[in-house]
Amino acid sequence: MEATLIPNPKDSNATILLMGLRRGGKSSICKVVFHNMQPLDTLYLESTSKPTTEQFSSLIDLSVMELPGQLNYFEPNVDSERLFSSVGALVYVIDSQDEYLNALTNLSMIIEFAYSVNPKIHIEVLIHKIDGLSEDYRMDAQRDIMQRTGDELLDLGLEGVQVSFYLTSIFDHSIYEAFSRIVQKLIPELPSLENMLDNLVQHSSIDKVFLFDANSKIYVATDSSPVDIQTYEVCAEFIDITIDLEDLYVDDVNESTYGGGQSNNNRSGGKDLKSVSHLSNGSSLYLKQMIRGLALVALIRNDEVNNLSLDSTLAIIDYNVNHFKKSLMKMWENSRLVYDQDGQVGE
Amino acid sequence: MSSSRKKLLLMGRSGSGKSSMRSIIFSNYSAFDTRRLGATVDVEHSHLRFLGNMTLNLWDCGGQDVFMDNYFSTQKDHIFKMVQVLIHVFDVESKSINKDIEIFVKSLTNLQKFSPGAKIFILLHKMDLVQIDKREELFQIMMEKLQKISNPFSFKLVGFPTSIWDESLYKAWSQIVCSLIPNMNLFNNNLIKFNNILDAEEIILFEKTTFLVISSTSSIQQQQKQQEQQNDGGVMNLDPKRFEKISNIIKTYKQSISKLRTNFQNLIIRGANGTHFYVDILTDNIFIMIVMKDNVGENGGAAAKGGSAVDSHEDLVVLENIKAARAWFESIEAAK
Repeated sequence: MEATLIPNPKDSNATILLMGLRRGGKSSICKVVFHNMQPLDTLYLESTSKPTTEQFSSLIDLSVMELPGQLNYFEPNVDSERLFSSVGALVYVIDSQDEYLNALTNLSMIIEFAYSVNPKIHIEVLIHKIDGLSEDYRMDAQRDIMQRTGDELLDLGLEGVQVSFYLTSIFDHSIYEAFSRIVQKLIPELPSLENMLDNLVQHSSIDKVFLFDANSKIYVATDSSPVDIQTYEVCAEFIDITIDLEDLYVDDVNESTYGGGQSNNNRSGGKDLKSVSHLSNGSSLYLKQMIRGLALVALIRNDEVNNLSLDSTLAIIDYNVNHFKKSLMKMWENSRLVYDQDGQVGE
Repeated sequence: MSSSRKKLLLMGRSGSGKSSMRSIIFSNYSAFDTRRLGATVDVEHSHLRFLGNMTLNLWDCGGQDVFMDNYFSTQKDHIFKMVQVLIHVFDVESKSINKDIEIFVKSLTNLQKFSPGAKIFILLHKMDLVQIDKREELFQIMMEKLQKISNPFSFKLVGFPTSIWDESLYKAWSQIVCSLIPNMNLFNNNLIKFNNILDAEEIILFEKTTFLVISSTSSIQQQQKQQEQQNDGGVMNLDPKRFEKISNIIKTYKQSISKLRTNFQNLIIRGANGTHFYVDILTDNIFIMIVMKDNVGENGGAAAKGGSAVDSHEDLVVLENIKAARAWFESIEAAK
C-alpha cells in the first residue's frame, strides 16, 4: 500500500508534501484551497489518519500529499527516503496559536532528513492560523519562529538551507498567496512565463495580470510588478463570478466549463470563456480562458495618454492575449514532450 | 410628493423572522448573519430609497406581546394610518396559531379603520422547516383559512411561502415591491418590445441597490401564457432559482469591486458554449441583464471563422442597443 502512495520519482518533481503536527490545519488548508470548502465548515473536519493526495493540474501536473501529523516518519516500515526524494517542495504547517516549540524541533528533524535525501527540495514553512493573532504579534511570532528555526538548523550543521516563511490563514487570501508562491517555484517554465506576461503588460496597457488555476484560485504566474493583495482578491473573485453566472444558463451540467480540469482541452469546437467588465474609475477587468483549466485575468487601466478608446484597447488586448495563448500551448506541448521522453527512458 | 412615499408595515409574532428578512433584503446580510440579530424593541423605522424617487418607509414592528398591546391600543392611529402595504409574517412552526390569528384579526380591524385601501401580503415564513412534499398543501390550507378570516374586512390577500435559506423570500419581496410601482405595465411592454428587437434568450431588470427583480421577459411571458391558457410544455429548462442566484452573484461582485474603491459599469461574458451575458446600467436606478444565445445553425460556422472581431462587433451592437433603450426607460421612470 505504501508503494502506491509514494509517487514515482520519474514522474516529475511536482509533488508537494504537506506536513506538520496534528491539529495544525493541514486538512483545512487542503479542503479550502482545493475543494472550495467554506472556511467555517472546516471546524467539523475529522482528524486525518492516513496520507491523502490531491491532484491539481495546471501547466504541469502537481499533486499535494498530506501526511497526518501523528505518523512517525522514522519508523522502518515507512519508506521516508523514497518519499522525500520524489517531492519538489516540503510544506510544514505550524499552528501559531499553539505552543510551537515542539513543532520547531520536529521541523528541524524533518529538514535535516529531507535535505540529506534530496538537497534540491524547497522547504516552505506556513505560520498558520494568524487570524487569531493581533497585528503586532504576528510579526513577533514570525521573527521568533525564523530565529529559532535558524538556530536549530545551525546546531544541526545545516547552514545553507533555504527556508521560506509565510504568514497564512484560511479566512483570507493569504493561504492562496502562499500556495501560489510555492507552486510557482516548482514550474520550470516560470521565467519564460513571467517574461511573456511582462511582454503582454507592456504592449497592452495592462496594470496587472495573473495566470490563474481557475479551480483553486492559485496563480501560476504573474508579471513582475509587485502583487497587491486586493487586486489579487478582486481578480480571483472575478473568476468565480464569471463561472457562476455562466453555469446558470448551461443546459447540461456535464458541460460546465471548468468541471473536469482536463475536459476543456478536448472541446476544440467550443469557444473560450471570456468576460470583460468596465469599472466606473475607467479601468476594466478582463478574463480569458486559457488551456488546461488556466485563466488569464488582467486589470486594464484607463489609457487616456495614448488617446485610445476603450474598445480599441480591448481589441489590442484580445489580439495579444490570443498570441499569448498560442505560445502557452506551444510551451505546454514542449514540456509534455520532455516528460514523455523521460518516461520512456525510465522504462 | 407624498405619493412616492410608501409606508410598509411589517407585522407578526415575536421570533417569526421579520427583522431577519428585512436585513437580508435591504442590508445585504447573508442568511447566516441573521443569527446575530436580537429582538426588535418597539418599532424600527427604516427609510429605503427604491427606484430613485420612491421611498419605502418600512416599519418593522417588534412582535412581543407588550409592544403588540400598545400597537392596538394607545398607538393605533399612529401605526395604522396611511399604510400602503401590510406584510404579515406567520411562522409555520408556530406553537400557538390561535394567538397568531388573533393578532392578525386585530391588525385587520385597525387597518380597515385607518387605511382601508392597503394591500395585504401574507408570508408563511420558515417554510424550510416543513417537508418538501407537504409545503404546497400546508400553504393552501393556511391561505384558505386566512382568506376566510379576512373576508368580513373585504381585504384580498396575497400569500407567499418563504424561507431565508432559499430564493423564495427574494421572490416574495420582488413582487411586493413591484406592486408598489405604479407604471409596471409600461415597463413590461417596453421590455417585450426591446426583446423583440434583440431576440435575446432572456432580459431581466434589477433594482440597483437591492438587486430585486423588477421585471423579466420570461416572467411576463409566463403571465401571458397563464392568461391565454396555452401549454407549450417547458420551453426553457432553466434553473427556476436563477434570478436570486444572479442577484447574489452580482451583489458579491459589487462588494468585491469595492475593494478597488470603485463600482462596476458593465459586465460582458462570452460563455464557452455560446451563451453571452451583458449586465449594464439601464437607468440611474435599474440594472439590465441580457442573456443571448448563439444560433448554432446559421451563425455558428461564420462566427467561428470570424473569430474575435465578429464577437466584439456583436458586443458593441448589444451595448449600443442598451444605450438606445436607456432614453425610453428613463422617460418611463420620470413619468411617475
